[in-house]
Amino acid sequence: MRAGIFAAFVILVGAAVLLLVFGPITYVREAREFRPDPVAATAPPEIRMTDLQPGLPLPGPNPNTGGENPSWYERNAVALSEGQRLFSAMNCVGCHSHGGGGMGPPLMDDKWIYGSDIKNIYATIVEGRPNGMPSFRGKIPPEQVWQIAAYVRSMAGLTPKQASPSRPDHLQAKAPEASYPEQPPAGGLIPPSATAPQ
Amino acid sequence: MRIGLLVAAALLLAMPAGAQTATPAPNSVAPANAAEGDWVLAPKDYANTRFSALDQITRDNVKDLKLAWSFSTGVNRGQEAAPIVAEQTMFVVTPYPNILYALDLTQGGALKWKYEPRPAPAAQGVACCDVVNRGAAYDQGRVFINTLDNHTVAVDAKTGKEIWKVKLGDINQGETMTMAPMVVNGLVLVGNSGGEMGVRGWIQALDAATGTVKWKAYNTGPDSEVLIGPEFTPFYEQDRGKDLGVTTWPPEAWKIGGGTVWGWISYDPALDLIYHGTANPGPWNPEQRPGDNKWTAGIFARDPQTGQARWFYQWAPHDLHDYDGINENVLVDLEIDGQMRKLLLRPERTGYVYVMDRITGEVLSATPFAAVNSSKGVDLKTGRLIENEEKHPVLGKVIRDICPAAPGAKDWNPSAWSPLTKLLYIPHNNLCMDWESVETSYIAGTPYVGANVKMYFGPGGHGGEFTAWDPIAKKERWTIRERFPVWSGTVATAGGVVFYGTMEGWFKAVDAESGQVLWQQRLGSGIIGQPVTYLAPDGKQYVAILSGVGGWAGAIVAADLDARDATAALGFVNAMSELPNHTTKGGTLYVFALP
Repeated sequence: MRAGIFAAFVILVGAAVLLLVFGPITYVREAREFRPDPVAATAPPEIRMTDLQPGLPLPGPNPNTGGENPSWYERNAVALSEGQRLFSAMNCVGCHSHGGGGMGPPLMDDKWIYGSDIKNIYATIVEGRPNGMPSFRGKIPPEQVWQIAAYVRSMAGLTPKQASPSRPDHLQAKAPEASYPEQPPAGGLIPPSATAPQ
Repeated sequence: MRIGLLVAAALLLAMPAGAQTATPAPNSVAPANAAEGDWVLAPKDYANTRFSALDQITRDNVKDLKLAWSFSTGVNRGQEAAPIVAEQTMFVVTPYPNILYALDLTQGGALKWKYEPRPAPAAQGVACCDVVNRGAAYDQGRVFINTLDNHTVAVDAKTGKEIWKVKLGDINQGETMTMAPMVVNGLVLVGNSGGEMGVRGWIQALDAATGTVKWKAYNTGPDSEVLIGPEFTPFYEQDRGKDLGVTTWPPEAWKIGGGTVWGWISYDPALDLIYHGTANPGPWNPEQRPGDNKWTAGIFARDPQTGQARWFYQWAPHDLHDYDGINENVLVDLEIDGQMRKLLLRPERTGYVYVMDRITGEVLSATPFAAVNSSKGVDLKTGRLIENEEKHPVLGKVIRDICPAAPGAKDWNPSAWSPLTKLLYIPHNNLCMDWESVETSYIAGTPYVGANVKMYFGPGGHGGEFTAWDPIAKKERWTIRERFPVWSGTVATAGGVVFYGTMEGWFKAVDAESGQVLWQQRLGSGIIGQPVTYLAPDGKQYVAILSGVGGWAGAIVAADLDARDATAALGFVNAMSELPNHTTKGGTLYVFALP
């Protein structure tokens, strides 16, 4: 009996040592926020809607892509599929359809009236826009706005293919996001070599 | 001005004898102080015939028709309006931002004044199907328009000064206004749009002089708010009972149930009744609203002074396929089985031409005028549409090949009736669709639809048709096939010519008897407007049409939609993916005359 317990102890310690030594190398656990900000904390990020500026460029990184980088959402399949679900649940789909537009402009094309960076899209959802985009400030928690913003980018092929949604269980409206030719997202997330023809 | 009208009247009298015998339809009572050469209401007359007794332009000389003048509206969205002609002036209202132009017909269409109501830009975001406006209305020196952000405005026809402006709805509830006002006995009749946004449909009567609301009738909810009282005697059993506007819905669903009034209103002065349709129930997904969903997708006859309902008939009880019931009601008196009957002709989205007794609301016949498989006819005993179970939407399942598609066999774009040929000229669609119902939640001010839809051209592979229909023989006389849905209105004339336009941009004159195309002209952009014809101060007959593609059908061009998504614009884009190869945006008025 004793020997059995000792053997189990040895195996456990061994496993712990192995995990400590090799764990971080083989697997990095995805960081998930389990208590994201509540609805009331919806605030627009610091951004600008155009790169045109009077005089010299401002020092420091581009506020749209630099600083605290929320682009995590668009590299994460769970966030993108949550964004896809919310895009229907919050009735975005009623105006923008499955990206082709209708009452609202298309989102799957390469025209971005109010900016294509994830922070621009976040701001568009939260602030609303004057020609008919409603303001969702105080209506959707920030975490979910980021997820929707990331999904909106996936509609135009601006997210990594491995993370983009594949075929949904619905009427086939269009080719799935994951099948789009991938465009390198702004901010250089993917080195040019990765997007070049193999 | 008075002298001008007298001259116009004298000219009318001086017209050839043929014109004298070419009297309008029996019920085509022109509104007060309107000369036959004028066009004061979008539907031309109370009976909604869109027939003009002018006959200078005939089937023999129409081939010589030439452009007289043109005018750019400066707005490149869908131009669905009918130009209005009164006081030697033409009044044209644009899509959002709803600019009202007055063009001087004594000066070849020179700009007299313009009135800008400046509607809230955010209203564009709750307009379901492009930011259209279907025209102004003229009565007693005033011009009336509705704005996209739910205002009805009266403007002085001579000066362009605002007389009154009242707010009737709320864009935060998803409401907009797109219909052309109707004026009856000093009352301006208007209704709301927004059946895709979970609004509660209504029609209101405003005092033409002050804008004061005289009555307001909802099309869902308790009888007291629908204005159903002791006078209400519907023909069919299914429409009798207390508070059906509440009991035919799940609890509270009638509050967001649609039944808007964005189409046409007719008036019979002899019976003193107005007739108006009610649009689809919301949401589109029928499983979220079990019941007959009264009083949506039907037609009301009401007393214009009080709004009290006289009868009701439902085209599509518990509507399954977005068959709004707002089309034009053409009032004619015809002989059926040896008896003169007061009739109401109605080419409807369900795909049938209904011939109804407009005194009682009885359906005398309902005959398909387009490809229909979503229903198997109308039971004339019960009045009920006989559903085809195979085409019944089911949550999460794609039902394929449903005809007609959501815009119906015929949408808002009005037909015309010629009392000379006794034919109804119907511009319409040839569309079918795949439909998947999905669950949707109501969020005020956002779409409340719950369906993935994908439309395509129907049998024959063409998108639209222009049909001359004989309502007595219950069959078509002739049909012209068009590549795209015919989304324009039409006008019939005593000269034996009928005008309509195509979405590619052809403006056509066809022989009212044979359907032969006698003349056609390519305009700047696709045509979805309503042609009108009038007598100008120079005594000549003119034909006017707005060009400028858009509307639900043309949204792919007007709003630059992306055809890679088949469900874009509620599924219409899939059928219209070729349209951008044929036309571009525009917004121009064209006026034609003989040399």
